[in-house]
Amino acid sequence: MKYFRSHVLVCIDPECLSKGAHEVEDALQDELVAQGLIDEVQVLETSRIGGCSNGPELMVYPEGIHYVGLTADDVPYLVEEHFLKGRPVKKFMEQITVVTDEELGPPKPKEVRVVLRNCGQIDPNNIEDYIAEDGYAALAKVLGEMTPQATIDEVTRSGLRGRGGAGFPAARKWQLCRNVPDSPKYLTCNADEGDPGAFMNRRVLEGDPHSVLEGMIIAAYAIGASYGYVYCRAEYPLAVKTLNIAIQQARDFGLLGENIMGSGFSFDLEVRMGAGAFVCGEETALIASIEGKRGEPKPRPPFPAVKGVWGKPTNNNNVETYANVPQIILRGADWFASMGTEKSKGTKTFAIGGDVSNAGLIEVPIGMTIREVVFDVGGGIKDGKEFKAVQIGGPMGGCLTAEHLDLPIDYESLTKAGAMMGSGGLVVMDDETCMVDIARFFMEFTQDESCGKCTPCRVGTKRMLEILERICGGEGQDGDIERLELLSAQIMKTSLCGLGQGAPQPVISTLKHFRHEYEAHIYEKRCPAKVCRPLIHYTILDNCTGCMVCARNCPVEAISGQRRSVHVIDPNVCIKCGICMQVCNFNAVEVTS
Amino acid sequence: MTVAVKNGKDAMQVVRTAVVHHGATRDELIPILTDINHELGYIPHEAVDEVSRLIGMPKSQLYSVASFYDMLSLKPRGRHVIKFCENAPCHVVGGRQVWQALHDALHVKPGETTPDGRFTLLTTSCIGVCAVGPVVVIDDDVHGNVEPEQVAEILARYE
Repeated sequence: MKYFRSHVLVCIDPECLSKGAHEVEDALQDELVAQGLIDEVQVLETSRIGGCSNGPELMVYPEGIHYVGLTADDVPYLVEEHFLKGRPVKKFMEQITVVTDEELGPPKPKEVRVVLRNCGQIDPNNIEDYIAEDGYAALAKVLGEMTPQATIDEVTRSGLRGRGGAGFPAARKWQLCRNVPDSPKYLTCNADEGDPGAFMNRRVLEGDPHSVLEGMIIAAYAIGASYGYVYCRAEYPLAVKTLNIAIQQARDFGLLGENIMGSGFSFDLEVRMGAGAFVCGEETALIASIEGKRGEPKPRPPFPAVKGVWGKPTNNNNVETYANVPQIILRGADWFASMGTEKSKGTKTFAIGGDVSNAGLIEVPIGMTIREVVFDVGGGIKDGKEFKAVQIGGPMGGCLTAEHLDLPIDYESLTKAGAMMGSGGLVVMDDETCMVDIARFFMEFTQDESCGKCTPCRVGTKRMLEILERICGGEGQDGDIERLELLSAQIMKTSLCGLGQGAPQPVISTLKHFRHEYEAHIYEKRCPAKVCRPLIHYTILDNCTGCMVCARNCPVEAISGQRRSVHVIDPNVCIKCGICMQVCNFNAVEVTS
Repeated sequence: MTVAVKNGKDAMQVVRTAVVHHGATRDELIPILTDINHELGYIPHEAVDEVSRLIGMPKSQLYSVASFYDMLSLKPRGRHVIKFCENAPCHVVGGRQVWQALHDALHVKPGETTPDGRFTLLTTSCIGVCAVGPVVVIDDDVHGNVEPEQVAEILARYE
């Protein structure tokens, strides 16, 4: 084995790749060769070091120094200073934002990483890295010391609930499937993470795929399943690639296939890739898609535990649920149950996005308040603006407001407040966001993703979208709010699957907390957040210097005026694109509604 | 049987390779169609006929599956496929302005191809790189933190 004095981990998450991570990696290799350091410093690829909003990123071990925002041009200097002269380069290091607002109190204990513990720490394409971090030790324990029933009992005691959103106790699902006297039994892993703004599972699959595989093998042993499928969405090509490498390595090590670890237990699995259909995250639709059919949901019962893949008993859990299992077995149910709230144990990963300073991925104990997550962990609102709302739970979730900031994030509290845990997407919105526009936006999404099988969802969401579009378009009518409420109630009661049943949720929650915004749109033809184009007007103020920048940039030539005199926007020509306001150096363009 | 040539590739050969690789069973239908779509840019009708013959499945069922999934296209696409992420995290950080810039540069509606066959403009479901929104994917390249002014320069990289 070759030893290196230093290891450099390059994040090759798609976010960093989009900012040139490969160029930086290549430059690094070249420069290390040029400086004669290539036998001393090893360059490895990994996934997720920091938040990835400031890529490309490197982590240098053993020092644990985190470099961000690098370009290929920075590399020669970095190599010379850090690796040749041994002087870490401050200007490339991550600047940690310290929360100074006294009202928030002292910085709180922030992240607790259980599911994400290995992400960014190990090489996901090397099973030995995972094994070195106690990987597959839980599997050995289960196969060597525990009966399948004892395994289920341990997970029951841990209180682990499904991380896909609904929060059904994982072990109860396993028990139901185990008790069905039919065989063979199948195991599926839902990696069809389709909620906009949610990318927690992607990071786990790309950064620590073996934790998911190990969780699945343990679950298969507990249930008595002989074959499994990881259903991964096609939008995640890197995750599919990483998984396939991991599966092959696990087979080579005798951790998948016949007679695993000499225990007599056999289990194998494969990756099934989706082809772009959100509804396939619903478990019956997912099963149909695995079988090569249209991904349309079926009425339940029968539940997949009784009749799933190929009509056989099937256990379906989410990526994060499986990834928790090895740690529960290894560190014990009591350890897991010591985190979280009375009814929701453990940690949860969240993807924070939108108008928040530190967009990215976090893992926190369940029960942390929204305030802590948005302000302490997320760093607060971007550009010093005001917090307005946070959308939790994806397109079937709801918007919560400033009055909910001290609400603990757990399954029951969120549902009670009109949102839901969902898979973990958190979209933060500042005071320049129009809530009617957001509701329209989510409805457009669900309407588009409705599979069309049942009428309430197919037609109902379309009618709701039409009403929302006309409200945003300045043509809202008296009675529209009531029509939305009636349709919402009907669609939720009569739709076949969770997609339709949850589709009206964004409208219901925004109507509950921001009804005045709907009323302003309909009765006053005004958009309070100044977002909905048909309801806003751009005008040039008297402090215009006549520099002509706006006139030159206007795509429709709606701005006229002489040099050094106040310009005028022709409202009949203006398309309200807002470019004039962006380019004006004197804040002389005003938007009103 | 006529041999159709698409994108410089023999469509029938592409179909046979995909079927042999995945196996001629109906549960492999989605991987088979995905491969064909990837190789040829879309799924021509001749390819549907051939898959139907090889795996012994009615054409109606093949069309039912091919038309259901967003990533499978039964219509020819341009040399480069632009996928714009229109989801909430990108939307709230300025995605709408980027969409407008794309629209102004290409003059096509979503789902349409430019007359010169260079670009097809599509919207995509969230690809999960929300920390660098707004995001535009062209072919297999992900472009993050896109500003409206950068659109022309990014498009110029694709001939």
